[in-house]
Amino acid sequence: MVALLIAWLVVNAIKTPTDFFNIILIGITTGLVYALVALGYTLVYGILQLINFAHGDVFALSGLFASTLIVSEFKLGTDTGALGIVAGLAATFAIAAAFGAIVNSSIEFVAYRRLRSAPRLAVLITAVGMSFIVQNISLAIYDVNFRSLPPLISSGYVFTLRGVHYSWDAFFVVLVTVPVLLLLSWLVKTTKQGKAMRATSQDPEASAMMGINVNRTISFTFALAGALAGVGAVLYLVEFNVRYDSGFQLGLIAFTAAVLGGIGNLTGAVLGALIIGLIQSCSDGLSWFAPGSDWTRSIVFAILIAILVFRPEGLLGERTPEGA
Amino acid sequence: MPGPRRRARPSFRRYAAERARTARLDRAAAAWRRIPARPRGLAPVALFVCLAVTYPFYVQSLPTNIPVILTLPTVHDAVSILVFVIMAVGLNVVVGYAGLLDLGYVAFYAIGAYTAGWLASGQFEQVKVHFGSIGVSSSETGIHISIWLVLLLAGIVTAIGGILIGLPTLRLRGDYLAIVTLGFGEIIPQFVRNADNLHGFDLTHGTFGISPIDAPGFGQKLHDAVGLPVRYDDSFPPTPDRLFFWTVLAILLFTIFCSMRLRDSRLGRAWIAIREDETAAGAMGIPLMRTKTWAYAIGAFFGGVAGAYVATFNSGAFPSQFDFNISIFLLCMVILGGMGSIWGVVLAGTILAWLNVEGLANIGSWLNSNVFPAQHQIDVPKYEFGIYGIIIVLMMLFRPIGLIPERRRKREIEEGTRGQMGEGAAAYAAAEESSGERR
Repeated sequence: MVALLIAWLVVNAIKTPTDFFNIILIGITTGLVYALVALGYTLVYGILQLINFAHGDVFALSGLFASTLIVSEFKLGTDTGALGIVAGLAATFAIAAAFGAIVNSSIEFVAYRRLRSAPRLAVLITAVGMSFIVQNISLAIYDVNFRSLPPLISSGYVFTLRGVHYSWDAFFVVLVTVPVLLLLSWLVKTTKQGKAMRATSQDPEASAMMGINVNRTISFTFALAGALAGVGAVLYLVEFNVRYDSGFQLGLIAFTAAVLGGIGNLTGAVLGALIIGLIQSCSDGLSWFAPGSDWTRSIVFAILIAILVFRPEGLLGERTPEGA
Repeated sequence: MPGPRRRARPSFRRYAAERARTARLDRAAAAWRRIPARPRGLAPVALFVCLAVTYPFYVQSLPTNIPVILTLPTVHDAVSILVFVIMAVGLNVVVGYAGLLDLGYVAFYAIGAYTAGWLASGQFEQVKVHFGSIGVSSSETGIHISIWLVLLLAGIVTAIGGILIGLPTLRLRGDYLAIVTLGFGEIIPQFVRNADNLHGFDLTHGTFGISPIDAPGFGQKLHDAVGLPVRYDDSFPPTPDRLFFWTVLAILLFTIFCSMRLRDSRLGRAWIAIREDETAAGAMGIPLMRTKTWAYAIGAFFGGVAGAYVATFNSGAFPSQFDFNISIFLLCMVILGGMGSIWGVVLAGTILAWLNVEGLANIGSWLNSNVFPAQHQIDVPKYEFGIYGIIIVLMMLFRPIGLIPERRRKREIEEGTRGQMGEGAAAYAAAEESSGERR
């Protein structure tokens, strides 16, 4: 299987090298946006063993919110000066992150907190319900139209190497995501709150006995996940457009990424997201025996199923009792 | 039962009249109790069945200005409603009895509908197969098999599909299983959408769907012998709708009957045991994989029959019918009704499917003309799934047992909230239950 896949990639690379490397770059860029969303799933799963279905919809809602912020509040456009764009985008990132954090932690507060002792399936079903509620909130506020941003960041090329281009707006995603990921890693590994999160995910009761405020830690985790979704949504807007139900599909793809990397494992989520991004761009873009964009989503879900069936712990995860 | 009694002023005459009335009611209640348990239990069912069977005759004379809901559903819409109820009862086998959360039930619906599309239409123009089809000229290409057989075949094909999906995935527990089913529920509709050019072979006709699909019928011989209709769609309205309605009602009653018998069977008890405690059930010698696969296969069977019936009713199978939302919609019926409770699911299914088909539009227009001011009109059906989401969350938070809870389920959940009574207590409750249920 893997050998065939590699052979397919190599043949494609030899036949159309320029396209191939362009596609790889696109894949990495999309993968980084997925990584931000996938981390949200993984963080929440790590601490509550809950698949937060509403996460994708929080992503969409933050994206819609950010688009109105940029277009109507800050009135950024192509004619705004460079400084204005930078300041406006920075403010948008901050506000969208805060917005996502508030929405996500209030979902936890309203719905999941009351179900701490309920069976896990009950919480999961509630998460599905919350997903629809958040989606309809987006629908009620922003209606059915797609929202997009004016081209704020030039699509000129950062570098061109024998036909392989990398545009500034794609590079912008890398510029934002990498510091955010480093910040997250620092937050989880070294701060007191991060340590509390890791302790709670290992054993909530024992951590409560050690004086950790478990509820606050869980809220914090949800807020962190929501903030990542907010940042991811703004980045997504730079390249694509968003409407009220965009979050569902994207959420499933990001969830697949989290599962692929090993759910609960932060590095795994980023790795998984990069792989899914690459798979998606290869399937969409390569010319020799590629399935084409019609089949991309089916392939992603087939990967999801295959991983859950054959290696539920993912690429980097540890074996959990969920598996066989 | 006597209504709320008001005794505002102690007037003797009124008091005596009331005494007489209560006495009469008591006598009636006593007479009712003297009827043996079995017919007594069946009486409400029989009443509902009679009301349902005669529905096409009195629906037109019902008022059309009922507050809030405006009208009762037309016969045509009632067919769609009952198909949804069949699927909800089928999903109840998987989710309610066996406790396997299935977020991709729509896949079974799709498989059923497309099986009907393949076996009873001109989709495969390369071949010419006719078997018992009514009203199809023998020169038409494609596969045309009698719809009654197709319904059965669609059920069987879907059940096999359920087994194929189930075998690798049912080893997983809980939420992982839910995600895998969700994945299948996404892949299968995408597959039928894209499979119009598999190396030049048109399997599903893409987004256009397969249409037309043959209508059911009994043929000339049975028509002459016992007066059954020749073909459902060759008569004038409202007859076709009525025929489709009675048929779907018969299928629904059969589904409910099967579902009840299954629940009390050895297999059904094994499902419930697995739902309550998988490890303990396995330790007691229940073959876990086989039992769970059966739940999948049987749930899938009903989904497939319903899908095939919808296909022949709409005379087409279209990929846009098989959204993820349908899976959640059906799940919402099962949760609202009470997982595992057949009558609860039937009731909730009827209500929710009615809301879906025409209820929300009616309620919305009533609200817009009576409650909301003209400047703030709300398009209620637009928020349909938000409303279902709210129903799901509220039920899970405040009444996880559902509208009409199953007795055993209720006990399970109450024990759960009472802070995990010991293993012994649960075992005692189970033993008491089984001795109580034995007749």
